[in-house]
Amino acid sequence: MRIPCPICGPRDRREFYYQGHAVMLERPAAEAGEAAWDGYLHLRENPAGQTQDLWYHEAGCGAWLKVTRDTVTHDVLRAELVEAGHAD
Amino acid sequence: MRFSGLRILKEGLTGNTGWGPHWRDPAPKDEYDIVIIGGGGHGLSTAYYLARNHGITNVAVLEKGYLGGGNVGRNTTIVRANYFLPGNSEFYSHSLKLWEGLEADLNYNVMHSQRGLINLFHSDGQRDAFVRRGNAMINQGDDAILLDRDGVRKHLPYLDFDNVRFPVYGGLLHPRGGTARHDAVAWGYARGADTRGVDLIQNCEVTGIDIEDGVVKGVQTTRGAIRAKKVGMIVAGRSGQVAAMAGMRLPIESHVLQAFVTEGLKPCIDHVVSFGMGHFYISQSDKGGLVFGGDIDFYASYAARGNLPMKEHVMEAAMTLMPMIGKARVLRSWGGIMDMSVDGSPIIDRTHVDGLYVNCGWNYGGFKAVPASGWCMAHLMATDQPHEVATGFRLDRFRTGRGILDEEGTGSQHNLH
Repeated sequence: MRIPCPICGPRDRREFYYQGHAVMLERPAAEAGEAAWDGYLHLRENPAGQTQDLWYHEAGCGAWLKVTRDTVTHDVLRAELVEAGHAD
Repeated sequence: MRFSGLRILKEGLTGNTGWGPHWRDPAPKDEYDIVIIGGGGHGLSTAYYLARNHGITNVAVLEKGYLGGGNVGRNTTIVRANYFLPGNSEFYSHSLKLWEGLEADLNYNVMHSQRGLINLFHSDGQRDAFVRRGNAMINQGDDAILLDRDGVRKHLPYLDFDNVRFPVYGGLLHPRGGTARHDAVAWGYARGADTRGVDLIQNCEVTGIDIEDGVVKGVQTTRGAIRAKKVGMIVAGRSGQVAAMAGMRLPIESHVLQAFVTEGLKPCIDHVVSFGMGHFYISQSDKGGLVFGGDIDFYASYAARGNLPMKEHVMEAAMTLMPMIGKARVLRSWGGIMDMSVDGSPIIDRTHVDGLYVNCGWNYGGFKAVPASGWCMAHLMATDQPHEVATGFRLDRFRTGRGILDEEGTGSQHNLH
């Protein structure tokens, strides 16, 4: 599996740390309540097919990437920077 | 059809022509008391114990493929009760006791082999942790023996004891641990359930769960609608999709775990050996193949096959631990879909829908749990009360933060188990 890092180009999966579903980017407000925080921290759609998850280019540029890929075929469709600021 | 030595002798002498199918192939009825979604190990054992322990036989097991075609036929067959945390400990202890009586109970040879499991340690700190774990196992009523380096050498002379990075300091021996024939476990439970009147319905995929006013009414399937008073979702790696039919999101992410087997060899590995520091474990099957595996690939996947980095890692760990394995050739490798929970422990519980129950989150350790999981799921579905050894497997423990079962002590977070 290769991930097309927008900064470094296509790189081997070994260079990346996997964080989990991209829902982790949608952090609720502190006072959002128990259900919102439970949903954010624990509950997952867990799709069979296309998903978006977060990968950290640990052994490369150090950017956090939002990767669109298929959990059934392992196709990696695209990767984008979580924050454009990481390109610096 | 019952098995006996006499019957096997007779069939052997008459060309094995007298054996019939082990279970019926019924068409689904319009209505059942209980519908189990998933004809794997846990679903079949649940159906069996519903009939055996609770006398509930108007039950259907719906399987989208063939019985035992999922993880129960794809695992590495380890059976053990070496858990530490209250909540897990009593459950797996109960499961091991059921394993020990399983063949007599099912009249089916599941080839349960208590060959002993050895967890290796490689530092003083790790030894302390294993002493503590061993004490927890003994307190639970199970067995654990601390082996020093020479003690391990007596059992496992083929290890590289002087590895520079991971010298072997000793091991924790769990004599009652071992292996079983995974397919036979599914078949034994299937036959036992069928004999007691349970309908095992294959090639029947559930496509919807009917819910009215918060009460489950039945399921939609590729073979028509089936009404049911109670429905159990017991679908391991597919839990996310099935729960979505009931409008639920689960604290589960599905990941791929790979396993490997070599060509058949003469007996050389007599135990189950676990090399935690290399995320590696191995045993030898009765056919002679060395069966081994490592950690999950660490990304969400339904592919039922893994990628090369983890293969490489597992082979490196194997060579580190037992250089002799380099002479064996790997025959095949495969992957299973693991329902990874947030804290690494399972869920057996009711849901927000009346009459709808969930059994999932077995991570990479579901096989040894098959008997007790079915036993406790059947108890829950029959009585609406959790079984006393499964009270910790609550669905709401993540939301409330009470009773998190983080056996590894790594944290209750999705990517840590």
